[in-house]
Amino acid sequence: MKDDVENREDRVANLKGLGCSRKRVEDARFTQGKGNYVDDIKLDGMIFGDFVRSPYAHARIKSIDAAAALEVPGVLAVLTAKDLEPLGLHWMPTLAGDKQMVLADGKVLFQGQEVAFVVAEDRYAAADGIELVEVDYEELPVIVDPFEALQSDVVLREDLDPNAPGAHGPRKHPNHIFTWEAGDKEPTEEVLANADVVAEASMYYHRTHPCPLETCGCVASMDKVNGKLTLWGTFQAPHAIRTVVSLISGIEEHNIRVISPDIGGGFGNKVGAYPGYVCSVVASIVTGKPVKWIEDRMDNLMTTAFARDYHMKGRISATKEGKITALQCHVTADHGGFDACADPTKFPAGFMNICTGSYDIPTAYLEVDGVYTNKAPGGVSYRCSFRVTEAVYFIERMIEVLAIELDMDAAELRRINFIRKEQFPYTAALGWEYDSGDYHTAWEKALKAVDYEGLRAEQAHRVEDFKAGKTRSLMGIGLSFFTEIVGAGPVKNCDILGLGMFDSCEIRIHPTGSAIARLGTISQGQGHATTFAQILASEIGLPADSITIEEGDTDTAPYGLGTYGSRSTPVAGAATAMAGRKIRAKAQMIAAYLLEVHDDDVEFDVDRFVVKGAPERFKTMKDIAFAAYNQAIPGIEPGLEAVSYYDPPNMTYPFGAYVCVMDIDVDTGVPEIRRFYALDDCGTRINPMIIEGQVHGGLTEALAVAMGQEIAYDDMGNVKTGTLMDFFLPTAWEVPNYETDYTVTPSPHHPIGAKGVGESPHVGGVPCFSNAIQDAFRPFGNRHTNMPHDHWRIWKTANALGLHD
Amino acid sequence: MIPAAFEYHRPKDMEGVLAVLNEHGDDARVMAGGHSLIPMMKLRMADVPHLIDLQDVGGLSGIDISADSIRIGAMVTQADIIDHAELASVAPILREAALQIADPQVRYMGTVGGNVANGDPGNDMPGLMQCLDATFTLVGAEGERSVAARDFYEAAYMTAREDEEVLTAITLPRPQGGYAYEKQKRKIGDYATAAAAVQIVKDGNVCGSAAIAMTNLSDVPVFSEAAGAALFGTSVDDTALKSAVSAMLDDIDPTEDNRGPVAFKRHVAGVILRRAIERAWSRA
Ligand SMILES: Cc1cc2nc3c(=O)[nH]c(=O)nc-3n(C[C@H](O)[C@H](O)[C@H](O)COP(=O)(O)OP(=O)(O)OC[C@H]3O[C@@H](n4cnc5c(N)ncnc54)[C@H](O)[C@@H]3O)c2cc1C
Repeated sequence: MKDDVENREDRVANLKGLGCSRKRVEDARFTQGKGNYVDDIKLDGMIFGDFVRSPYAHARIKSIDAAAALEVPGVLAVLTAKDLEPLGLHWMPTLAGDKQMVLADGKVLFQGQEVAFVVAEDRYAAADGIELVEVDYEELPVIVDPFEALQSDVVLREDLDPNAPGAHGPRKHPNHIFTWEAGDKEPTEEVLANADVVAEASMYYHRTHPCPLETCGCVASMDKVNGKLTLWGTFQAPHAIRTVVSLISGIEEHNIRVISPDIGGGFGNKVGAYPGYVCSVVASIVTGKPVKWIEDRMDNLMTTAFARDYHMKGRISATKEGKITALQCHVTADHGGFDACADPTKFPAGFMNICTGSYDIPTAYLEVDGVYTNKAPGGVSYRCSFRVTEAVYFIERMIEVLAIELDMDAAELRRINFIRKEQFPYTAALGWEYDSGDYHTAWEKALKAVDYEGLRAEQAHRVEDFKAGKTRSLMGIGLSFFTEIVGAGPVKNCDILGLGMFDSCEIRIHPTGSAIARLGTISQGQGHATTFAQILASEIGLPADSITIEEGDTDTAPYGLGTYGSRSTPVAGAATAMAGRKIRAKAQMIAAYLLEVHDDDVEFDVDRFVVKGAPERFKTMKDIAFAAYNQAIPGIEPGLEAVSYYDPPNMTYPFGAYVCVMDIDVDTGVPEIRRFYALDDCGTRINPMIIEGQVHGGLTEALAVAMGQEIAYDDMGNVKTGTLMDFFLPTAWEVPNYETDYTVTPSPHHPIGAKGVGESPHVGGVPCFSNAIQDAFRPFGNRHTNMPHDHWRIWKTANALGLHD
Repeated sequence: MIPAAFEYHRPKDMEGVLAVLNEHGDDARVMAGGHSLIPMMKLRMADVPHLIDLQDVGGLSGIDISADSIRIGAMVTQADIIDHAELASVAPILREAALQIADPQVRYMGTVGGNVANGDPGNDMPGLMQCLDATFTLVGAEGERSVAARDFYEAAYMTAREDEEVLTAITLPRPQGGYAYEKQKRKIGDYATAAAAVQIVKDGNVCGSAAIAMTNLSDVPVFSEAAGAALFGTSVDDTALKSAVSAMLDDIDPTEDNRGPVAFKRHVAGVILRRAIERAWSRA
């Protein structure tokens, strides 16, 4: 900081604090190819591991013969469940209270399941070895449909006692995992039975995958001399991984160092613990060498952490005027072969009970049944906070279906039912307390920005032209208004494997007035090193450019639960502000001492403490930092450091209003997105440029999911979309121009009022794209059609409505 | 996604190529741009113990345009086609089609020879070359021979080329009249859901000749002689379009895949062909 900057405005600008579109400090290394990802880590003597995977979705393993593989030059070992069993590592606990095979123990439950781990001097030898491991499989009947699973005599999980309850209570069938309820069953049914109008819909939110550009991987290095294990990996929650590794391996936690280096996208894919991590650790212990394991694209898509796969059935009731009176939802949740959902322990269906959305719905009931099938395990929150994407999709479709039933405009129906500004904090029928919101303002702003009335008029005109045979193109107006629930979360109701979901920040101010802050989170592209420095800059009055942010090394960073569910800013960002305030409190005492006044006679002003009423008498934070290290101040310890562990009092509830305009070629099923408008309210805006980037990214992943991105299985449980040829990852070509906008409704309980934004656009975007498609066909009788809206499914909708005759 | 071990050969001339091919038979394969072959090797769907890189072999590149024909060397890339101004004016359909193949990175590597020799029903160039009535030059131990593109394709990945032969050039008559290459795909980098190549000559007010070929709607490219015939002598009005489409539909045999079921593909094929004919006719 230049000391001669005196103008207050300049001093504020100099900090690059809250509200500044500060350029991302990470980009210097990323744009020069100098990032350091897991696969960039190369250690002396490092060897490689890779999996023999099951070609079958359900089969008994009769034998595994590794003799030929061990003949391949460079192959060092082939691990099977038998080798892991004596260590108790052939199974591992999942985040959802279930357990999962690390290596196939007698049978396989999904295609691509890990059967054996081939360890070799290089990747090529490992790949050759894999080809030669002979596994004798006996095929078993395959179940890929959860409804069939609940009827079938075929028991998928023979390891579980069919009569014993699961981690979340009683089970109804050997293939049933849990039933989870929220709200009031009978009252909801009563209201529905007596309602003026009831609308119903069954929708399938298909299985998809977060598909980060960098796949999952790790390097495990056991130092047998000092007994320390170092594990580099693509971990969204490095501290939790350390604890889990300690619990399952028996290695004391201080002897484990987990490091998340640069991560190339996570989106939920990198929250869980995978067999590759366990096998790499074991292989390193066995061989005494560092072991690297990196998934290829097909491994990633087929085996680690899918998202969604929710069959949702809903009923919604309203008065004739459109005031919603009740909502009911039943979900059949396909969890695959093991329940490895990444949710807070008490929430086996995540925050699906946010499904009353942005509306004042007095009565509601939700019931979720989790089911085992012969598909890969996962159920992660792909760019969302624990099933919020499903919940918002559900309610935003129910609103549209109700609008059809009422023959009402869907924008108007939303307007009538929004929770009003003065109702906040608002307790929803399914239990959550929404912190703040101003939905009507956001909605009006959005509708005005796109000229909603004009769009509807144009659409009506288009329908006429279509009916008159003048065009073969239809126009859809997609609306979506979402409320998220992010920032898990209060330790009283959110933990993962017993670890409370607080987060942390530790700050050290250096004598010359710069600083380092370490957090329990880990950026995967969100730009933490940029934004957290900005939070601190505003709190402690040192320029963001003078503050280093460090995350991801469990030996140096304070304990935290990691980055997912948009929790970094709500939780770790709050911890950062609180730690900053501790620094400031001490700085105030030092300043008062230096200025020879009472503590209460100085006040903080941007980058300094000034004597109240005498602004010419001040000490800058830089002066104070130096004094903290070079002066003996009576009653004050030397140094300037602080730590904060922040347990948030509540979640935060970002919201937004999106509108999408599409033209659809009825004959080919090809949609063209003409316009996409996104208004986000994420509370206090830390870095508008980063927010914009997050919105663009989230919308693009929403586009992907809504319009084609799918993990599809055939009846034999074969994955049909295991490569990027079939799994839709949009490029610049497919992505429309996004218009972004905002309102600001700060969170009342967050120290700086920020709510989190990384996932909002995904959560709100999916129903918006989908609603545009559905809306185009509404004049022809469409009520609901399932995603993904790829060409043939759009064509199918048109065809079923008789539009090709 | 790591291929099995292979021997890498990089001969300097065709003799060297043929020598390796003769020595190893179907254990050897030539590689042009590698953008179909290498993915297959990485997926271990193609086992190629001896890989012969054509990169250093002379005489396989170059685009020669004469008064009535065009010769394109097998190693000419799709990007070369796009960038060649004279070719674009003489045979604009080649550029229009090449621009719809994959993405720029693939097009810098992928060659025309590889595209037509590959035998993948998804490739765009085979149908295009059938539409343009191109001839492929093949060189083997016994010397050189020519095969018409319309006779070249037997089944998926099965062509008239013998394992020991190399495709060296593609020759086609200068295209006449209007043209269109129309392709529906799910995204950039995707093979066609349906694609149509149309070259059409206007004679006064009626169609003097029309050549039509379809891509990815059967296990081979489909040159639909009947569809072209349906347009001949007509004013390419709605009735003619309908009969051309219906003739084409008799010739294709699509299968269900992730792009959609058969009924959808047949419908889209009809729509795409109609649009291609209309565009070609408007340019004729
Ligand atoms: C992501 C992606 C998307 C793609 N999308 C499309 C698309 O939309 N449309 C499309 O048409 N293609 C597409 N391709 C394929 C691409 O155009 C290939 O480059 C092309 O099919 C093959 O050309 P190549 O030079 O790469 O051949 P190679 O991969 O080197 O060879 C392909 C095959 O042909 C044989 N071969 C090659 N040259 C000769 C020769 N001179 N004589 C005899 N045999 C030979 C090889 O032995 C091999 O069997 C795509 C490829 C990728 C990776």
